[in-house]
Amino acid sequence: MTLAYILVSFVIAAVLGVAVRERGRLSVLLAISALAVYALQPALPVRGLDFWLPTLTLGLTVLAWILTTPRQERSWRANWPAAAILVGIVLLLGLTRYLGISTPLTASNPPQVQMILVVLAVVAAAGFFLWRFSKPGRLILSAAFVFVILIFILLKVPSLSEWASQVLRGWNGQSTLLASPLDLRWLGFSYIAFRLLHTLRDRQSGRLPSVSLSEYLVYVIFFPALSAGPIDRIERFVGDLRQPLSLNSDDYGEAGTRFVLGLFKKFVIADTLGLVAMNATTATQVRTAGWAWVLLYAYAFQIYFDFSGYTDIAIGLGRLLGIKLPENFNAPYLKPNLTLFWNNWHMTLTQWFRAYFFNPVTRALRSSKRKFSISGIVFITQMGTMVLIGLWHGVTWNFVAWGVWHGLGLFVHNRWSVWTKGRFAVLPINWQKVLNVGGGLLTFHFVAIGWVFFALPSLSVSGQFLQTLAGLK
Amino acid sequence: MSARFLRNVIVKGLALFLLLDIALVAVNPAGLGRLSLYNHIFPGRLRFPFGEDPTQSYNLSLFNLDAMFASHDIAAGPKPASEYRVLVIGDSSTWGILLQPGQTLAGQLDSAGLNLCGKTVRVYNLGYPTISLTKDLMVLDYAMRYQPDLVIWPLTLEAFPFDSQLTSPIVANNAARVDALIVHYGLPFDLRDPALVRPTFWNQTLIGQRRSLADLFRLQMYGVLWAATGIDQSYPVDYEHAQTDLVSDVAYHGMQPPTLDESKLAFSVLEAGLLVAGKTPVLLVNEPILVSTGKNSALRYNFYYPRWAYDQWRQMMNEKAANQDWDYLDLWNLVPADQFTNSAIHLTPVGETRMTGSVEQTISQQSCP
Repeated sequence: MTLAYILVSFVIAAVLGVAVRERGRLSVLLAISALAVYALQPALPVRGLDFWLPTLTLGLTVLAWILTTPRQERSWRANWPAAAILVGIVLLLGLTRYLGISTPLTASNPPQVQMILVVLAVVAAAGFFLWRFSKPGRLILSAAFVFVILIFILLKVPSLSEWASQVLRGWNGQSTLLASPLDLRWLGFSYIAFRLLHTLRDRQSGRLPSVSLSEYLVYVIFFPALSAGPIDRIERFVGDLRQPLSLNSDDYGEAGTRFVLGLFKKFVIADTLGLVAMNATTATQVRTAGWAWVLLYAYAFQIYFDFSGYTDIAIGLGRLLGIKLPENFNAPYLKPNLTLFWNNWHMTLTQWFRAYFFNPVTRALRSSKRKFSISGIVFITQMGTMVLIGLWHGVTWNFVAWGVWHGLGLFVHNRWSVWTKGRFAVLPINWQKVLNVGGGLLTFHFVAIGWVFFALPSLSVSGQFLQTLAGLK
Repeated sequence: MSARFLRNVIVKGLALFLLLDIALVAVNPAGLGRLSLYNHIFPGRLRFPFGEDPTQSYNLSLFNLDAMFASHDIAAGPKPASEYRVLVIGDSSTWGILLQPGQTLAGQLDSAGLNLCGKTVRVYNLGYPTISLTKDLMVLDYAMRYQPDLVIWPLTLEAFPFDSQLTSPIVANNAARVDALIVHYGLPFDLRDPALVRPTFWNQTLIGQRRSLADLFRLQMYGVLWAATGIDQSYPVDYEHAQTDLVSDVAYHGMQPPTLDESKLAFSVLEAGLLVAGKTPVLLVNEPILVSTGKNSALRYNFYYPRWAYDQWRQMMNEKAANQDWDYLDLWNLVPADQFTNSAIHLTPVGETRMTGSVEQTISQQSCP
């Protein structure tokens, strides 16, 4: 997200917060968020794709709402305005093709309107079919769940993305030799997928509240949280959305503070550290262990300030719109152990995995016929969770290694906590303070070394850099 | 948090910002360039900051001479008594485009282990990649505070035409320094020349200076990567080689054969440079150029020079050197055409070694005071 886009978002949010309090608030939020889906999408070399991917985001979200909504609550009368807003926006953006000038609302010239109409008709037909004949049963929800994950895999496995790009280029009559995994950069899909999976799974378990199409769409594509989260829960989000918007000076103060703090973190601290942070090039150029550590520290703080800065910006913007987005970071580098680090780093992601992977798997292993030891269960669940979180960032060996590194770290810390429980409690308070400080330093360095796998493109480059860090080169 | 408190925060914030903005006009922040992390936290650079692609070269171009010198190895500390200090000024061929610091003329001389007058020779690269004698003069004027024992000044005809003296960005953006040189040495430039950038009130505010302040800051940040990697320019695997097939045009800076108009060449700036050096000996070096054998090579030596203009300039230089007792070394055709890289004056490491050999031989014959 560029600074210009963020500042425009702030102005829009401030104006909406003041001018659109009750009537029409949901519709305006939906329209702005739908426009943001297109405006934020980066330009792609495959012709038309930077228009079709945002359109697919909207189409998938509508279909997911139909699937997760009981038939008796799919009222056309109540929900047609949301559908009309989406169709209107897609067509309006399509028509900008004929203005003869490029607008900041789309990354490149939109496709032919006839083609857009055909695609809208296909989505409408699929929607009508599901609306008329489907009900949110276990099978169809599972199928939708798998479908979203398959798209996710397609985007995250470089060889599959490249293959998909070749196919799309072939259809477009473009050179397939130039296909690259980067051709399929689908803005915000990682977060959108999590929101869709959350609602599909909660519908299966019967925990999903009834929401209108507008509410569902705004939840999934809420523009402040579109590209970098946080990943809210729908029941909490819609609760805020349904409250009448009445902002007081505290809200403005909080929103302004978080927004400015976020800008400072992202554009001053993180971008400055970004000048010198470890990357694929500098990792192979650095000559001494001391400077390698400096580059690694710079990266560790860059990623924190970058990500938490974006979160602050999203929270500030949300606050102006009456939405209290959840916190994502709580001084994670100051925590004395790895478990606490993960309870305070990208909190909404870890909560998601805890809710939809860690806890169900733990329950399943505990109640399975085959008896697992406590250690075995902890190992399997923590390793599985962390590897999945790694794969969420990208299906590469480096992200697997990063997941394994943290999975092992969490397992060792868990066993260490069990072993020391009671033993350390009898230590004098000063000793406990020293242990906490030591634990904090150890945790920070453990996490920092993990970033070597996260930030670098291959295991060989990571290995090379680790050797430099250890002074072995 | 009351509405009044919020309003006060916004009003006071804006007022402070405006105040700081205007205060900066009164306090010229260019002097900030003297504050540097180089030579303290990071090792000094072996050549001046210069670069168009900072993310690859960990280097950037800026116009603040204070900052450029403060980041250079030469500013590391007082000159040791045992050091025979040699400064090499000049253009991009001195700076060393596509060469590592140790491969440049200065780098090779420095590592040659020379001793002169009973002292260890240390050679500093003060080249900067634009071709202008006035730029060289400005750098030399500043560098004299570092007490050189010898100045080596590689130059080429392209640095002489008056029409290109002030257009170099580093010259144009240091108007006050250039003014002082013009006045002090009576140089034939117009102080109102529009090429010289005169800062307006707006330019001097915080907003107007945001770019130069950001450059100062980035220069310090890139010190980390300079220290960590020793890299100060990007080395493309492939680059466009210097032209050997040339155009048939024989005009040179608006001059037509057969006579090169001496009044259009800045010999006065060269002479001012010798005055600036004072008692410090200066070795003028006509730097090697590519002598092409390609298309139209009967008319031109290379991209820069028609033969008639270059030959006449060489003759002028030789005559002036003889008449005015300049220490002058003419190496124009020392390096074969295949030892040039992306320009008719940029040498390969092998070409630099050849040039270094000749220069080394000459400076080893320097008389001691």
